[in-house]
Amino acid sequence: MAKDSIAGLVAQLYNAKINRREFGKRAAAAGLSAGLIGQALAVHATRAQDVELPPAATIGQEGFAASSDTSKGTIKIYSSWPLTGTMELTGGDAVVAAQMAFDDFGNASGGYELVYEALDEGVAANNGGWEAGKVTENANKAINDAEAMVYMGTYNSGSGKIAIPILNQAGMAMISFANTYPGLTVAVEGATEEGEPEVYYPTGVRNYMRVCPADQIQGGAGARWAYEAQERRMAYVLDDNSLYGKGVATVFRNTFEELGGEILGAESYEKSLDNYQTLMTSIADKGPDIVYLGATVENNAAKILQDMRGVMGEEVIFLGSDGLNNQTFVDGAADAANGAWITFGGYTPDKLLELGGAGGDYVTRVTEKLGHSPDAYSVYSYETAVAVIQAIGRAGTNDRTAILDELFGTENFNSLLGFTWSFNENGDTDNSVIGLSQVIDNQIAFQEAIS
Amino acid sequence: MHFNYELFLNYLIQGLANGALIALIALGYTIVYGIVELINFAHGEVFMMGAFLAFTIVAATGITSTDPLYQIVGVFLIALLGAMIFSAAINFSIDRVAYRRLRSAPRLAPLICAIGFSFILQQIAIYWKGPVSISPPPLIPSDYRTYNILTELFGLETKVRLKPIDVAVFVITIPLLLLLTWFIRSTRTGKAMRATAQDQQASALMGIDVNRTISTAFVIGGLLAGAAGMIALYYNNIARAQMGFRYGLFAFTAAVLGGIGNLSGAVLGGFLIGFIWAMSDGMVKEYIPSWGAQWTNSVIFGILVIIMVFRPSGLIGEHTTEKV
Repeated sequence: MAKDSIAGLVAQLYNAKINRREFGKRAAAAGLSAGLIGQALAVHATRAQDVELPPAATIGQEGFAASSDTSKGTIKIYSSWPLTGTMELTGGDAVVAAQMAFDDFGNASGGYELVYEALDEGVAANNGGWEAGKVTENANKAINDAEAMVYMGTYNSGSGKIAIPILNQAGMAMISFANTYPGLTVAVEGATEEGEPEVYYPTGVRNYMRVCPADQIQGGAGARWAYEAQERRMAYVLDDNSLYGKGVATVFRNTFEELGGEILGAESYEKSLDNYQTLMTSIADKGPDIVYLGATVENNAAKILQDMRGVMGEEVIFLGSDGLNNQTFVDGAADAANGAWITFGGYTPDKLLELGGAGGDYVTRVTEKLGHSPDAYSVYSYETAVAVIQAIGRAGTNDRTAILDELFGTENFNSLLGFTWSFNENGDTDNSVIGLSQVIDNQIAFQEAIS
Repeated sequence: MHFNYELFLNYLIQGLANGALIALIALGYTIVYGIVELINFAHGEVFMMGAFLAFTIVAATGITSTDPLYQIVGVFLIALLGAMIFSAAINFSIDRVAYRRLRSAPRLAPLICAIGFSFILQQIAIYWKGPVSISPPPLIPSDYRTYNILTELFGLETKVRLKPIDVAVFVITIPLLLLLTWFIRSTRTGKAMRATAQDQQASALMGIDVNRTISTAFVIGGLLAGAAGMIALYYNNIARAQMGFRYGLFAFTAAVLGGIGNLSGAVLGGFLIGFIWAMSDGMVKEYIPSWGAQWTNSVIFGILVIIMVFRPSGLIGEHTTEKV
């Protein structure tokens, strides 16, 4: 009994849930001798403070004490998202960001050595985009690895839909840095399918979280900005026929109509075409003052913008969703990208540099590692990894359920973005900041927060 | 509902431009089939390799739209010629390495071989330029990229857009088609090709080097595919390893539609498919709002099925004595 008590108290002390004075009081009450208390405090002093955290890694739980202790064994953390082709930049930057977080914490937490392995779920034949077989294979690899406790991913909501139920049945926590389709966590009228999100959780227990705002926030904010700030009244809405693209485009469409705007047309484009001149001619003929595109870059989205600019003048504005908030999209569309507006659930790296602090430190250090400005989503990849590291630290055990509970219970997480967020009962973050960027001189430049 | 003539003319221009490209590729299919009765499924990838080499040449010269016009035109022509020679060399090599050895093998053997080469070339392209889409360095000055010739030159108040790149497609394609027709009809090699197409044994007895004649067919097909690759690179402003699949499939269909083995048939089929493609992608939507480009494949192949049922030899496929 006394042994259990002291173990529990030491764990609370390590994780900064109680301070040393409180630890001493409670230990004495439990009948422990002054000598034992002194020993425990001495151990804490050497273990808990032996990893010096850079400013970026001081985010998350207030006062979390990083420890390099690995005496309990090894915990593996897998990540899965596309890493090749058009996703090489976005996916690759996210891996470097996650690895940087693990390195910042000395690749240890909760008494375990943390081993991070990044899996690729993209295929070259799909332009680097995810492929269902690879998603399934990666999720199965993780659940069949006894040392694996957490699965980080996915990037695309469509692949998340496949991975969540597999991990759910194995009781493994899954945390995404980029899935934004609402139906993965909540039902939204008009934007999600029947049976969502319950269909993804066969055990009935939620195991999935995401650190970025979902599309019911992003699509709505984009529509309000277009209608109110830009005074747009006639929109044409396109999507890439993906779960994510359709979802965010639907929310935009519904909100724009609710505000009083007219939707001249909405459709999913065929992603395998070599040009969209015919589609754009047809859209131009309808006379929209805004074209909204819900898509990810690997689905030929740059070509859509390029051909739009071939037939429509600058008076027709282009607004894209966060799947296009990356340099691959801008480079793909070349000069046609200039002037394009793109939303993002949070702040882009240029804004974080301006804000300074932990976010600024993150961008500075990761830029040095990468040799280029990081992809916007890498910020969330870093945060995701920190949330995982701290949840493992709080759990202090290699039990999947205990770690899931700790991760799901993440609250008041100090973000790189300069505010705090918590997971709600659905696994969604309560962060609702939507940033708006514009492409200027072939670079994505943050303009303002529109939500 | 009134008929939107301006929209129709825009689609017509786009359809004819795409049709011209398809016709160039379709000729490669039909020339080879006419002589060796082989569907060279690697032909779409030969076209794609032409586009990739053209990209490489233009990028290597460093010439862009801001340089003097004579340099731009020079680089364009060098890239066009380079792409044609490169694609011809690939097509020739494939025949020399594989098809020639399988002349007397069952027909399925070279067919499977062709599919194999199609994948090999695609993987080489991915290794060469990566799996991402690549945009070529801009050669057309930005003022002219969306320049509407009808409005700017002729002062017409119209929404019909005829751009310099559309004109370039026809200016390059039409002479190539005429040159090929002349070559097949009037030159000694052309006559040898026609003779070989009719009867290989009789041609050999008459002193025609059959293997050399077949190689010439592959070279001509490759030259046309390379030219199409270069034009497609700047018409679409993009190239990717998978671009040969869709164009190749449509070109093969065009060749069958017109009557495989028949040169005029391939050209007719090419323009017809380009037209149907543009109308299905765009015009039909005016009347059926839920219509989109995703239906185009079904429409094209649906029409192919109907034509095959009523005219199994294609639209003008009866003139087998003229086939090459």
